[in-house]
Amino acid sequence: MQLITAQALLGLNVGVFYAMLSLGLAVIFGLLNIINFAHGAMYMLGAFVALIGYSYLEQWFGISLQIGFWGSLIMAPLVVGLLGIIIERTMLKRLANLDHIYGLLLTFGITLILQGLFANYFNVSGTPYPGQPEVLSGVLNLGFMYFPTYRMFAIVFSLVVCFATWYVIEHTRLGSRLRAGVENPQLTQAFGLNVPLMVTLTFGFGAALAGLAGVLAAPIYSVSPLMGADLIIVVFAVVVIGGMGSIMGAILTGLALGLVEGMTKVFYPPAANTVIFFLMVLVLLFRPAGLFGKEQ
Amino acid sequence: MPPENARELLKIENLHAWYGESHILHGMELTVHEGEVITLLGRNGSGRSTTLKAILGLVGKRTGSIRVNGTELINLPTHQIARVGKLGYCPEERGIYASLNVDENLVLPPVVAEDGMSVDEIYQMFPNLRERRKSQGSKLSGGEQQMLAIARILRTGATLLLLDEITEGLAPVILKSLNDVILKLRGKGYTIILVEQNFHFAAPLADRHYVIEHGRVVLQIAADELEAKQDELNRHLSV
Repeated sequence: MQLITAQALLGLNVGVFYAMLSLGLAVIFGLLNIINFAHGAMYMLGAFVALIGYSYLEQWFGISLQIGFWGSLIMAPLVVGLLGIIIERTMLKRLANLDHIYGLLLTFGITLILQGLFANYFNVSGTPYPGQPEVLSGVLNLGFMYFPTYRMFAIVFSLVVCFATWYVIEHTRLGSRLRAGVENPQLTQAFGLNVPLMVTLTFGFGAALAGLAGVLAAPIYSVSPLMGADLIIVVFAVVVIGGMGSIMGAILTGLALGLVEGMTKVFYPPAANTVIFFLMVLVLLFRPAGLFGKEQ
Repeated sequence: MPPENARELLKIENLHAWYGESHILHGMELTVHEGEVITLLGRNGSGRSTTLKAILGLVGKRTGSIRVNGTELINLPTHQIARVGKLGYCPEERGIYASLNVDENLVLPPVVAEDGMSVDEIYQMFPNLRERRKSQGSKLSGGEQQMLAIARILRTGATLLLLDEITEGLAPVILKSLNDVILKLRGKGYTIILVEQNFHFAAPLADRHYVIEHGRVVLQIAADELEAKQDELNRHLSV
């Protein structure tokens, strides 16, 4: 029983990363109709901003400054979000009226460029992030088991970010303007709302979410140029299962599939890496719009 | 006739508009005075709806001059036109957002000028909408959608209302309500451009009628000239 609970919590820990990344993808796809393959690279970039800020500023730039974990939680999403804004303004905007496949190919190319760039300077097998704050080290006694404090922090923090994002999009005036801009961009502009600016900022926000997930992942996993590539395929599967564009679907499916993966490790470990794709095939066959998506 | 001494609110000169390669408006000329209700009449495809869209920058390309209160709009991006011109637009297909409820649809357009109607005033004018305020836009009847499409631009403070085919597909009882709404708005001093197929609906409401053919004005009739020019009007409108 203790093994199952421990695996469930570890699965939930993986699930919150799935949820945060698929949420960013769902926001970008649902609101902008862009299939952003560079989302994994944004996640990787977030982790590297944290690593560089902590360990390389003096060595590379001669700046005697160390940006700690908490600083990186703010800094990395800003940097990655800004990069997202630049990509949207300078490249994706030009593809706005073309088929989705062009955006996907462009963002795939951006992924390869970013991965190649970082692979030049960093070990592809990963560099540990040494900046985990002291207050989050050690373990928590949950009564029935001990669980690493940092991982518990990552779960709670990610859940708060995910549900706050869902709330803003579904229950605020800003969110309703975003949804209106997606549904009928021309009319929304005619009412006096700057839809192109909303598109750019939304893309930046989605990218920033990936960057934030990267910072949270840095103390748990090795920071590697390929960390996003390993994850993005699974995250796409999560978005497909949840329903392309469904915000709540992305969050709940991410969490659930993390748990499913964790449980599979207990009951049949060889299937742990493939169970999500098996579920994706089933969902595509029997409910192509996804569990939370609406049929067209 | 325009109210005495009323100033020109909208002046369109030599307006050309294109959708891609299709040249739709061919030198449109139009003047609307403050507080006036005018109609744009014509056959399908004559360019009436495109005139409204061209004012708002919703066509592929436009040239000429569109001035509201003396301010030139022709080079402004669409999202600035409603604010600068204090315009409210009610599109032909109503444009109710299916993913938003009535309240959300109502408060969606940003305020473009002071003195817009409050949500309470709007619900007094459209009591049906108050009862449906939490319903999704997609669940409303055609009449309710039309009322909501008009209601939401009244909150913004817009003083020049562009209403495109608001009677299309609606039952007679709804047309009566719409007629009352337009009369109330007229009484409050709104300036209104009505694009209409239903001449019987528009005739008693408007001060002047513009007949449009092939993207330009071919006939202008004041309300008090209607009887005398009815035959000429029928000739232009008959298919």
